[in-house]
Amino acid sequence: MEIKREVLGPARSNPSSPGRPDPRSPAASDFRARQLMARDLLRGDLEGEALERYVQESVLTTTVEKAVSWARGNSFFPLTFGLACCAMEWMHVIASRVDLGRFGWEASRASPRQADLIILSGRVSVKMAPVVRRIWDQMLEPKYAISMGACCSSTGVFNNYALVASDKFMPIDVHVPGCPPRPEAVAHGIIRLREKVQNTDKSGWRERYDAVGTEEVLSEETIAAQSAADAAINVFPGGDTAGA
Amino acid sequence: MPDATGLELIAHELRDANADAILGTEFQRRRAVLLAAPDHVPTVIKALMDKGYTFVTSVHGVDYYPEEPRLGVLYELLDMRAVDRISVKARVSTEDPRMPTIVDLFPGAEWPEREVYDMFGVVFEGHPDMRRILMPEDFEGFPQRRDFPTGGEPVLFTYNEENSYGKYQ
Amino acid sequence: MTTVDASDYRKREESISYSAESAGMGETHELLTLNIGPHHPATHGVLRLLATLEGEVVRDVKPIVGYVHTGIEKTCEDKAYWKVIPCIERMDYLSYYFNAMAFCGAVEDLLDVEVPPRAQYLRVIHLELNRIASHLLWLGTSALDLGAISMFWYCLRERETVLDLFEMSSGQRMHTRYFQVGGVIEDIPRGFAAKVRQFCKEMPTRADQYADLLQKNQIVFERLHETCLLDEQTLLSLGVTGPLLRAAGNPWDLRKAAPYSSYDHFDFKIPVGTVGDNYDRYRVRQAELYESTKIIEQALEGLPEGPHITTDRKVALPPRHELATSMEALIHHFKLVTEGFRVPPGEAYHAIEGPRGELGCFVRSDGSSKPARVHMRDPSFTHMQALAPMVKDSYVADLIATLAMLDPILGGIDR
Repeated sequence: MEIKREVLGPARSNPSSPGRPDPRSPAASDFRARQLMARDLLRGDLEGEALERYVQESVLTTTVEKAVSWARGNSFFPLTFGLACCAMEWMHVIASRVDLGRFGWEASRASPRQADLIILSGRVSVKMAPVVRRIWDQMLEPKYAISMGACCSSTGVFNNYALVASDKFMPIDVHVPGCPPRPEAVAHGIIRLREKVQNTDKSGWRERYDAVGTEEVLSEETIAAQSAADAAINVFPGGDTAGA
Repeated sequence: MPDATGLELIAHELRDANADAILGTEFQRRRAVLLAAPDHVPTVIKALMDKGYTFVTSVHGVDYYPEEPRLGVLYELLDMRAVDRISVKARVSTEDPRMPTIVDLFPGAEWPEREVYDMFGVVFEGHPDMRRILMPEDFEGFPQRRDFPTGGEPVLFTYNEENSYGKYQ
Repeated sequence: MTTVDASDYRKREESISYSAESAGMGETHELLTLNIGPHHPATHGVLRLLATLEGEVVRDVKPIVGYVHTGIEKTCEDKAYWKVIPCIERMDYLSYYFNAMAFCGAVEDLLDVEVPPRAQYLRVIHLELNRIASHLLWLGTSALDLGAISMFWYCLRERETVLDLFEMSSGQRMHTRYFQVGGVIEDIPRGFAAKVRQFCKEMPTRADQYADLLQKNQIVFERLHETCLLDEQTLLSLGVTGPLLRAAGNPWDLRKAAPYSSYDHFDFKIPVGTVGDNYDRYRVRQAELYESTKIIEQALEGLPEGPHITTDRKVALPPRHELATSMEALIHHFKLVTEGFRVPPGEAYHAIEGPRGELGCFVRSDGSSKPARVHMRDPSFTHMQALAPMVKDSYVADLIATLAMLDPILGGIDR
């Protein structure tokens, strides 16, 4: 069957409308060319130099770290852990409207030894805090924690004898505010954690103010003096978190 | 609720049975309360259960600070046939916070009495399992008493943030 | 069990009543103490069960609670009456409107303030919607415990619709602060009634679908039928009310026995079981879904016109447009927001029928603008006492199923 193709004329009235690639841009003609090359590859017609060029163009090179953190960020195993009201909203995150499976995180593990994310969904009372700490200690590195809701980040609505803020006894990566936070808010927190894990976190002020590369470089003597002063007052020298 | 006269009749009956069981009655906005002496609470409740108030809905603890005797224990009774409620109040002081238990009459009062012990310190004699229920086992103090501080974190402002726990000195 | 090792843990274990020697089992049988810990996928919340097992058979179970104790009642003593409502709502976190209703009912008893009929009907609509949402989550998580995992997604899909309705009327999905002393905080927006009607049209069909999945399913039947019975007298002596008591055959429901908030205007039935086993408890709650839908439809039909909160300005805030014109309204607004209304001294206990049973609130006021004592009588707290007699001599799997059918909410138990 003969298919007639004709090249369309120059761009329509608004070349910057989204969703329609500008035919004048190099990407469009490249795309057609690459389509034809892919078709030839599948038929086995691509040979020699064209084949080599095709393979080079379709291979992505990256560092092992980036690849591993990309995989890690997309395959978290959260711990099935629900404390109080935020657990009801956490169940709604897992449910179909805001689907945790979209991020690949639907495989919740019941055992802390097999999980790598603990979501503190609810208020942590003084009786429960040692239990949570023990569960956190049982998790294997690399492990992350999301503190969901106001009650575990600070003590939320209840500022009294019975509650304790979670970052007093364990390190937390992302705090999600709300009482309880909407499932969409929790999804935002999840995306931020994922960015953090995949090292694509662009929330630092240098990125926001376009100031990357403006770090001050201290001279050797200043660094030595500062670490001496540090060691004098700090029990744990910088970077050692074994006691945390 | 039994109305005011009904309440008085019940109080008189119970007082006839046992002279120092009932210390008084309160009737306020359709709520009938019998004031009982702490040691006679099981007999009063048994008599009320025989009258038909067979269901002990709840056991509340109250701290009447600064009125003495400070600690009050309220029993809410419900008559399911006549749909009637009556309450029994007993007050003990903090120096001697002991009362007999009603668990033999109504096994469902076991946990509420443990909660009153946990929160106020009222010891129910004869209770099978007098332990703390909501607070950790080794907690000291009785949280719901009025002189126990609410606790919590102080709110940080610029004038007091120097002394907070996380500030790098 | 030999007690040569008298360590602290063993001493604490001695509070478990059953022991091998007294049963004459001798040295060939051994009792295993299993800690079904506070963190467990099948305990509904942070509940710790010390189960004494002989093989797979549960001989005794001791629930240990307190892992989510928040000191809500103590916190409420520091807050003005209208500020207590957000705190008290977070107690039983699945039936938040009921917590607020019990507290507002107690304070209205103390204040002797009249709730307008429109507010009563709106309260009924939201209470029954919350009852449906609570039962749906119970159904989803119980089926999850039994192994029917896809029920979870179906029930939560329904629950999303209900939470959307709550968001429409009050702005929040959970813990909405919608009930205030004297009525409700705001009238319903335009379009709310139509959306609720549409939900009520769909709900019975959906409930039928859930029933089709589970009711005649052989596995569910074998798991739940004739397991963990408890007769009505024992339940009454343990203080159990609500669907558990109704499953045993006693038609006690505060909505019919002592109607509050215009429940006597509506025509609905009380589902009652016969035997009191797990299957009856499941069927009773499933049937309550239909009854609640009927109540909501009737309430929408008969929704009267009028104010949505009491017109007593000493208790309820005046409408905002009055603040620009009336000096008294401004003063009332100021006093109510800064200090709050004062309640004459007295004590009140107000009980309502929550999704789990009788939810009561005891309020003692000493004449100031802050309550002197707020104590909630939570149904799950007393129901946990009934767990041990129920699961005695059943299997561990029945323990899990019974815990699901008991519908405990640890926020209410621990407060």
